[in-house]
Amino acid sequence: MSDNMMEVRDLVVQFGSGSQAVTVLKGVSASVGIGRTVGLVGESGSGKSTLAKALVGTVRPTSGSITIGGVDTATLTRGDRASMRRRVQMIPQDPYSSLDPRRTIGQAIAEAIDPKRPDVKKHRETILEWLRTVRMPEDTIDRYPHEFSGGQRQRVAIARGLVLRPEFVVADEITSALDVSVQAEILNLVARLRQELNLSMLFISHNLAVVRHVSDDVIVLYQGEIVEQGPAEQVYSDPQHPYTRSLLDSVPGAPGFSID
Amino acid sequence: MTKNPVRRFNWTPGLIVGIVLLGAMALVGIIAPFLLSDSANALGDRSLPPSAEHLLGTDQSGHDMFARSLVATRLTLMMTLGATAIAVLIGIVIGTSVWLLPRRGREISLRVIDTMVAFPGLLLALVVAAILGAGAIPAVIAIGFAGIPTFARLTANLAAQVSQREYVSTARLLGVGDRRIVTDHMLPNMAEPLFVLAASNFAQSLTAISALSFVGLGVQSPQYDYGKLLNEALPSLLAGRPEQTVGPAVLIVITGLAAMLLGDGLAAAADPRAGRRTASLGIRRSATGAAASSASVSGDAMVVVDNLVISTTAGKPLVKGISFHINRGEIVGIVGESGSGKSLTAMSVARLLPEGLDATANSMGLDNLDLLGRVDPKVLAQTLSLIYQDPGSTFNPALKMGTQLTEVLRTHRGQSRSVARKTILEALRRVRMTLPEKRMGQHPHELSGGMRQRAMIAAAMATSPSLIIADEPTTALDVTVQAEILREIKRLNRDFSTAVMFISHDIGVVKALCDRVLVMNGGEIVEEIDAKLLTVENATHPYTKALLAATPSVTERLAELPVLDWRTAAAEQAATAKEEEVAR
Amino acid sequence: MTTSTSVAVAPGGDQPASAPRQTARRSPWLDFAARRFGGLVGTFAVLVVLSFLIVQLIPGDPAVALAGSDATTTEIELLRTRLGLDLPLWQQFLNFVTNLLQGDLGTSFQYNQPVATIIGNRLPFTAYIALVGIVVVLVVAIPLGMFIGVQTRGGRKRWLDTLFGAITGFLDSVPGYVMATIMVILFALGIGLLPLFPPAYSVRVGSAAFILPIAALVIGPICTISRVVRRETGVVLENDYIRTARGWRLSTVVLYLKYALPNLLTTTLTLSGLILSGMLGGALIIESVFALPGLGTGIIKAILDRDFPVIQGMVLVLGMIAALVNLLVDILLGLIDSRTLGAQHD
Repeated sequence: MSDNMMEVRDLVVQFGSGSQAVTVLKGVSASVGIGRTVGLVGESGSGKSTLAKALVGTVRPTSGSITIGGVDTATLTRGDRASMRRRVQMIPQDPYSSLDPRRTIGQAIAEAIDPKRPDVKKHRETILEWLRTVRMPEDTIDRYPHEFSGGQRQRVAIARGLVLRPEFVVADEITSALDVSVQAEILNLVARLRQELNLSMLFISHNLAVVRHVSDDVIVLYQGEIVEQGPAEQVYSDPQHPYTRSLLDSVPGAPGFSID
Repeated sequence: MTKNPVRRFNWTPGLIVGIVLLGAMALVGIIAPFLLSDSANALGDRSLPPSAEHLLGTDQSGHDMFARSLVATRLTLMMTLGATAIAVLIGIVIGTSVWLLPRRGREISLRVIDTMVAFPGLLLALVVAAILGAGAIPAVIAIGFAGIPTFARLTANLAAQVSQREYVSTARLLGVGDRRIVTDHMLPNMAEPLFVLAASNFAQSLTAISALSFVGLGVQSPQYDYGKLLNEALPSLLAGRPEQTVGPAVLIVITGLAAMLLGDGLAAAADPRAGRRTASLGIRRSATGAAASSASVSGDAMVVVDNLVISTTAGKPLVKGISFHINRGEIVGIVGESGSGKSLTAMSVARLLPEGLDATANSMGLDNLDLLGRVDPKVLAQTLSLIYQDPGSTFNPALKMGTQLTEVLRTHRGQSRSVARKTILEALRRVRMTLPEKRMGQHPHELSGGMRQRAMIAAAMATSPSLIIADEPTTALDVTVQAEILREIKRLNRDFSTAVMFISHDIGVVKALCDRVLVMNGGEIVEEIDAKLLTVENATHPYTKALLAATPSVTERLAELPVLDWRTAAAEQAATAKEEEVAR
Repeated sequence: MTTSTSVAVAPGGDQPASAPRQTARRSPWLDFAARRFGGLVGTFAVLVVLSFLIVQLIPGDPAVALAGSDATTTEIELLRTRLGLDLPLWQQFLNFVTNLLQGDLGTSFQYNQPVATIIGNRLPFTAYIALVGIVVVLVVAIPLGMFIGVQTRGGRKRWLDTLFGAITGFLDSVPGYVMATIMVILFALGIGLLPLFPPAYSVRVGSAAFILPIAALVIGPICTISRVVRRETGVVLENDYIRTARGWRLSTVVLYLKYALPNLLTTTLTLSGLILSGMLGGALIIESVFALPGLGTGIIKAILDRDFPVIQGMVLVLGMIAALVNLLVDILLGLIDSRTLGAQHD
């Protein structure tokens, strides 16, 4: 059994058909080791969101394979898919719109625990435990999203994503909408949880500094193709591909950055 | 544990009046037939004018019109409720099911519903009446059916909006089944607008059913509703006796009005934007005069702001008396997190304060222009240019790029269309825009975000302004495009000595581009520092230090991002400063 | 140190957002015309089927229902053969369509006249009222709504906002036929200013007899649409591109007419399309108040008389008029903003 939590091989995702077809991912091969965090960087049009959606099952690949925890996702039946959901979870980007304004926080988390029969009372202890873990007060369970700030809502989203103790987490731009100070708190929280739960994570972001801070390995995506991948230290200090170099040189504060 | 309401419910007077009126009508509907049936059906003297005995006179058969009108309420309301129920229930079912269909089926169903909606409801009702004949029940079915397409369409629209919300896709990801998605997530979020639509449908059904009865296709004798009474009153009207129409006409209007007030009231209560806003007074000179002047300003200062205070019209302070200056040819950055007041400061200087805010300052000057007084728009447009954050919404989608980019040159510099076009084309080339001639003829949505920002910069530079205010111009752009844009701004500053006020939340960008940096927090400037000194060691205010420390770096990785408690440190610092002040 | 600008890859974020596929340069108007013509043909087909079904859907035995309650069996059977109700369904439909395409809409039961003639006589009245009404509504409601919207933006002149809302709200709840009744009371009877009932069939289209009916028809829609325009003005004025135009220090006239109005009209017309085609229904009812010999009074009488050929013909014609009104609105929208030409009917 490989020690990879997630593996994609020659993944191709195409939308539309015929002359209107757009190939968003053009044959991507990558892996995330167990307990490792892989950062995925790319600009608009790179296909990183599509890759995230393919991993959690929202988007069907046109060809290629996705293997999670040793299981090829193409072979899943309906029933299997449900149990796969317990092993792979996504933490969404927008803390403002990912929570239903008319459901309490407790209901939102209960829904993650048992989507068929969400029951706050039944899972109250678990929910409270997780709220404590993400440093939110206990009374959060009965309150509504609009009563909380962006950073607090993101903590709830993290709790909801991790409550089932998934093995593999896809974090899709989870700090992009947050202020720097709040972002720091969330990143520290995520680092702590990664360690405690031995999570394998794919961390997607357009912010190169955040990705460096968080990742063990890095994948650079450009227009649907991987142009470079490797240990974060190496890619950041000695990039090989010209696109990676131009990307890093574009970050203010990088050694290659200049606007004179 | 009490359920907190999602929003505070906004009880407007209209809503209350509507509820009261409808309640009264319902009451009349229930009670009147018990009390007044006899008077309504008793035959008396015909066609009497209004008197004490017969408040609205009698009709051609001798019925008392006052009693008869009130008694007619029950039948009218019941028929209206029936028709509304048909339209609402079937409409909701159809509208929601459409969104659960696969894409192809959904598109076809929506097209079908669209064609039916375009068909006038009354015509559809007439068709049903033709098939089923005249009568009360056919009228109810007819109007009910006529209302289904509109309700289904509106429900489908709502369902479309809601189903695209992120919390719905998140729920799907969690494995929530389709049925639960509808009942737990979609319908609760659609409930309020649907209720408003139902109230409006009620009003329309009332009108339509009465219309059918009015022309003789609805209620038949011996039954009578409002419309039938109006129909019976028509001959009297034409014979010169209008009193008979008063009863039914007034009641139709009252009930319709009540339903409309209810619908509008509910819509207003649910809309967070409908809150009371009072008109802002713009930017004025502060009454206290030169009281709190800041430290002396060097002679090279081109922009001077002294004691700027911005608050909401309700009095909540957003910018708490800041003072700063910008020298000629200088790039000054204003950095802060959300709520710091940095954008509002920039917009105040630009005299573009949004509605609902008041601002005062001791003085605010740009070159020799007094920004607190009257300024010639021609001069201001050419001295001060702006670049905004969201290139997606900055340009007017209905107009071509060329028209918008040349607007200032043609309006304020009097240049002809061809001269202005040439100037802008050159400016576009200078900012490295690809295919500039083509871009001029395109609409904004045909350009990418990066291109739109370049166009914005080109237009901003075309008038050779003394100052450019750039409000988060690169926040929405990819990092490589951001570098290009920053390069452009730096070049323009170098080649043309244009001063720049650069607003950003990204301290790294500000440090790279600017000469001097102002750090804002909670509506105050907490630090004014040379960009080169913007490091944790050299910054003086604890907030600046905390901000710098919490920003991850692309060059090195820390185990944990320090989250410093800067507030206590700041308070201590302020206390120490005060002690030193007193000691001196 | 200079950064290399000759990077082999193009910087991201500079690709046009919609990456429009340059298909052969066909004018959007041609596509639009082709599509809408197809739509009209489709609507016609649906209306034909609908009119045909009117007789078939009558509960019970159509021949019995049409013959009347005291008809003898022989009379019923005669009627059945005469109407072709004994033929198989598909053959009835075929006959119906063939006649239709030859311009034969049947003969009225009641008057023994060709339906086409009856419709031809009545159509001008209804068309005149509806079309003039629509023009009046647009010409009055849009400037009115925009004026109020500009005056009351951002909370200014709250009194004007409330007053406008109250008046339009009230007038909007008065249905067209009630409004017609009121106008008769006020103008024809009270002041005697406007002629009310010239002898039927001698009314000429365009005479003063149409002032009251049109006035009664337009008041409600003017109120509805001007409220929509007022609300949309508020929305449009809060958009970023208006702030950009203000930043360019443009005069108020240019700001509102050149920058706000086109966007305003697009949303307004989209929302108002239904209201305008609904005016056709209103016109049909109002005719009854004034006993105008139009399609409205015609179809009502036909329904009461159970004169089915007339009903079928009028449903067809009225349906096509409604479709044409919608088409006109879409053409207007296309002229203002050619991007709407490609859009599906939303």
